Amino acid sequence: MGLNIEENKKLVEEVLEAYPKKAKKDREKHFQINTEEAQSCGTCALKSNIKSRPGVMTPRGCSYAGSKGVVWGPIKDMVHISHGPIGCGQYSWGTRRNYANGTLGIDNFTAMQITSDFQETDIVFGGDKKLEVIMREITEMFPLARGISVQSECPVGLIGDDIEAVSKKMSKELEMPIVPVRCEGFRGVSQSLGHHIANDAIRDFVLGKAELAETGPYDVNIIGDYNIGGDAWASRILLEEMGLRVIAQWSGDGTLNELEIAHKAKLNLIHCHRSMNYMVEHMEKAYDIPWMEYNFFGPTKTYESLRAIAARFDETIQENCEKMIARHQPEMDKIIHKFKPRLENKKVLLMIGGLRSRHTIGAYEDLGMDIVASGYEFAHKDDYEKTFPMMKEGTIIMDDPTAYELEELAQKLNVDLVGSGVKEKYVYHKMGVPFRQMHSWDYSGPYHGFDGFKIFAKDMDMTVNSPVWNLISKKEKAQKEGAGV
Amino acid sequence: MSKEKLDIPDYNSLFAEERYVQQRANKKQFEAPCSEQNTAEALAYSKSAEYMEKNFDRKAVVINPHKACQPLGSVMAALGFEKTLPFVHGSQGCNSYFRSHLSRHFKEPTPAVSSSMTEDAAVFGGMNNLIDGLENSIALYKPEMVALCTTCMAEVIGDDLSSFIGNARIKGVITEEFPVAFCNTPSFVGSHITGYDSMLKGILSYLYERSGIKASPGSGTESGEKLNVMLGFEPYTGNFAEIRKILEAFDTQYTILGDHSGNYDSPATGEYEYYYGGTKLVDVPLAANALGSLSLQKYTLKKTQDFISGTWNQPITAMSTPLGITGTDKLLEAVSELTGLPVPASLTEERGRVVDALTDSHPYLHGKRVALVGDPDLLIGLIGFCLEVGMEPVHIVCSNGDVDFNDVKFKDEAQALLDSSPYGSEATLYIGNDLWHMRSLLLNDPIDLAIGSSHLKFAAKDAGVPLIRVGFPILDRHHMHRYPIIGYQGTLNLLSLIVNTVLDELDRNHSGFNYDLVR
Repeated sequence: MGLNIEENKKLVEEVLEAYPKKAKKDREKHFQINTEEAQSCGTCALKSNIKSRPGVMTPRGCSYAGSKGVVWGPIKDMVHISHGPIGCGQYSWGTRRNYANGTLGIDNFTAMQITSDFQETDIVFGGDKKLEVIMREITEMFPLARGISVQSECPVGLIGDDIEAVSKKMSKELEMPIVPVRCEGFRGVSQSLGHHIANDAIRDFVLGKAELAETGPYDVNIIGDYNIGGDAWASRILLEEMGLRVIAQWSGDGTLNELEIAHKAKLNLIHCHRSMNYMVEHMEKAYDIPWMEYNFFGPTKTYESLRAIAARFDETIQENCEKMIARHQPEMDKIIHKFKPRLENKKVLLMIGGLRSRHTIGAYEDLGMDIVASGYEFAHKDDYEKTFPMMKEGTIIMDDPTAYELEELAQKLNVDLVGSGVKEKYVYHKMGVPFRQMHSWDYSGPYHGFDGFKIFAKDMDMTVNSPVWNLISKKEKAQKEGAGV
Repeated sequence: MSKEKLDIPDYNSLFAEERYVQQRANKKQFEAPCSEQNTAEALAYSKSAEYMEKNFDRKAVVINPHKACQPLGSVMAALGFEKTLPFVHGSQGCNSYFRSHLSRHFKEPTPAVSSSMTEDAAVFGGMNNLIDGLENSIALYKPEMVALCTTCMAEVIGDDLSSFIGNARIKGVITEEFPVAFCNTPSFVGSHITGYDSMLKGILSYLYERSGIKASPGSGTESGEKLNVMLGFEPYTGNFAEIRKILEAFDTQYTILGDHSGNYDSPATGEYEYYYGGTKLVDVPLAANALGSLSLQKYTLKKTQDFISGTWNQPITAMSTPLGITGTDKLLEAVSELTGLPVPASLTEERGRVVDALTDSHPYLHGKRVALVGDPDLLIGLIGFCLEVGMEPVHIVCSNGDVDFNDVKFKDEAQALLDSSPYGSEATLYIGNDLWHMRSLLLNDPIDLAIGSSHLKFAAKDAGVPLIRVGFPILDRHHMHRYPIIGYQGTLNLLSLIVNTVLDELDRNHSGFNYDLVR
């Protein structure tokens, strides 16, 4: 089933008609229909990583979300202070499902909300003095904490607090790493700058500060896996099974030590390139560590990635890799055999963060499903350059799509499944459109690796084919003529 | 479905497999972990009286607080009005957090927009963002009113909402007639309940003033016998249905001011419509002519109550969440007094049935020591309920409890309520404390049941006590907010929740011989 380029162009134009002139002009630049040319030349015209238009209901978050929520928050043996007013830490408390082993509140501080709870006096007189006290109190309350990070909320940068000076002073006093992170929510245009700022803080304050007792030829790092629902564990197990030694896991179920020793690896394996590319590039420059992207969503991509990883090592690893694939393939085939007939040709619309909108395509395709539109909240140009070649001609590619646009497209394309976030989820339930949250795996997971694909396939089937959708007496939907598919 | 048996373990059974157990052990060599002994000692220490003392000595760090920020409440308040789009002026991430957080509780969409201010707006102010935001949001989402609140960023830089909205009108982005209500909601002041109040007052005063109506209580021909009712920051959509049932039994006309039950309990019809239900905008100025107003969250709705009794010059009865038999009795008395109508027989009969249920269950409740966490008004209701059934509140934590009503502090009213009953003698109130304090309390002075939001689950687990989920937010259970906890019906729901948890615990902790069939 092909997708019609011209029809989809028209469809997007129709959707954008609703905007006032200025916003329409802007939003037009954030859509592109995939063509043979776009697939091959890799220089798409699509605009990305620029400001969202006010008032349009962007799905994006902020720098704080990118730093505390994504990069730093999962480091389990450090205490991350949500520095500023109460809300940011409250809403990001335990909602991302970055699993970590350990005893919560004792040697694992992930699903906690530790905050300076700014009051008016802190805004007027500054929060630096309070921050010092907070750090001392943290070492009293959490004697096993290995370090502290300061995750700045908006007011911190606006009132001129010097969290760097406080962190430096207190790091000396308390004899532990204290990392100031300038991830105020108003910086940048999305979570993405927060990732970058968080990466820079790892580079400047943590990386290279510890040594590994013994290094080996097979030492690798997992970079950019946040262990959502246990993803990093389901990935690590494959790398270890083929004989590699994972010395650091960034940052899902990660520790301060793993941030400090990662520079000893022989190869960096990066899953979420968007949120941690800055670090692998830095390690390449500073420590000569090569890096490669990999994709553990769906068996096809997983086999491909495993082989590509193995190719970086000797024959032993390559043989192990082939044996491992041979061991898992029959089970993967069984999964596909069972679920593909139930999911074949189902149309999917995706709108996720900065990676999964392309990385999960293979998993859907393994199940015979078609991605008809895919978009990112906060991707950059390089992400789109990788996306176009992965998609069929005629696919709608979108950047920072608004709630309105997604709803219109989902209906006009008559999709069978939408994969996006919790803000979007319940809208589609009203519409009777099957929906999976693809940030949190809808409270399921893992979805990475072979173990993950089994759950992924089961979840997609459960969602698309649930009898509950039949209970909705759908009103006649006015299908626009020739809606592209 | 294919008959072929496939083994697809979920994350519980998957990660319990031996290969993952080994993986965990193996990863430790790179973690530089604390020794098992260190961890065990630190865990034991964290449960000690010594630790508790240090914990209560904290002056600055806040750990697992039980409150959120102002604009969250404002978004909820805005969604209580017909075709009203909440508009959050400031950084866009805040708005995404509010939408996610409310949707995680209600399992419903939360339409709301942001003015997406970034660094340049931090320097030059957010006027252009606000004006563009009004133009775009109205074009796309076609609201009949926009309700603006602020994030701390806009508050710190001192954006002037009133003049910005005025300029939007001058620029022709919105017409002179298009209603834009607004309020200032700095997140470094108060909590989510403050923000609810600010927005509700903002909307009522704005729609009233622009209507040109002059309030004359009890004068309206159509609205003359109407009663205004406000539920406040109400996490239970079921409570709206319950209050409607009660008022309809009284056969009085009424207006609910701020009714988000439509938006947060809308049907799946195959179409999404953005706006469901809500207080009609035209009813707001008419509400100024009602006989009186009833507030069911007197600590939350302080500014709104002052506005109604001041500007509208209306008699107002303000109480805390009417939980339990006594709480509901007070509610019915208040409605009766404000409307001059007698308490309907159907409600008296319902009362009898629920009291009957309480008598059936009292042996399992009596003397149960409980810990309570929640917003101030909910806590007054919960304390009242506990006392009337013989449950003993022991630890009561209210992170956002530094509030007062008619110059009486919440703490003093709660203490007086506890003092009024022998079952309240064990209780201590902790105002401004957090759930890490609560953890120490639960571990050092054990109780039988914890009652509070999902956020209490961590402390409850550490102390090994069952958690009865009541309040906001409930993120890890489904549909509890659809069942009322107010009124006689709500009392029955609460009773059933609590007694069956107690009975589940008896079964779970049985000693073999007493795994009883009849309880």
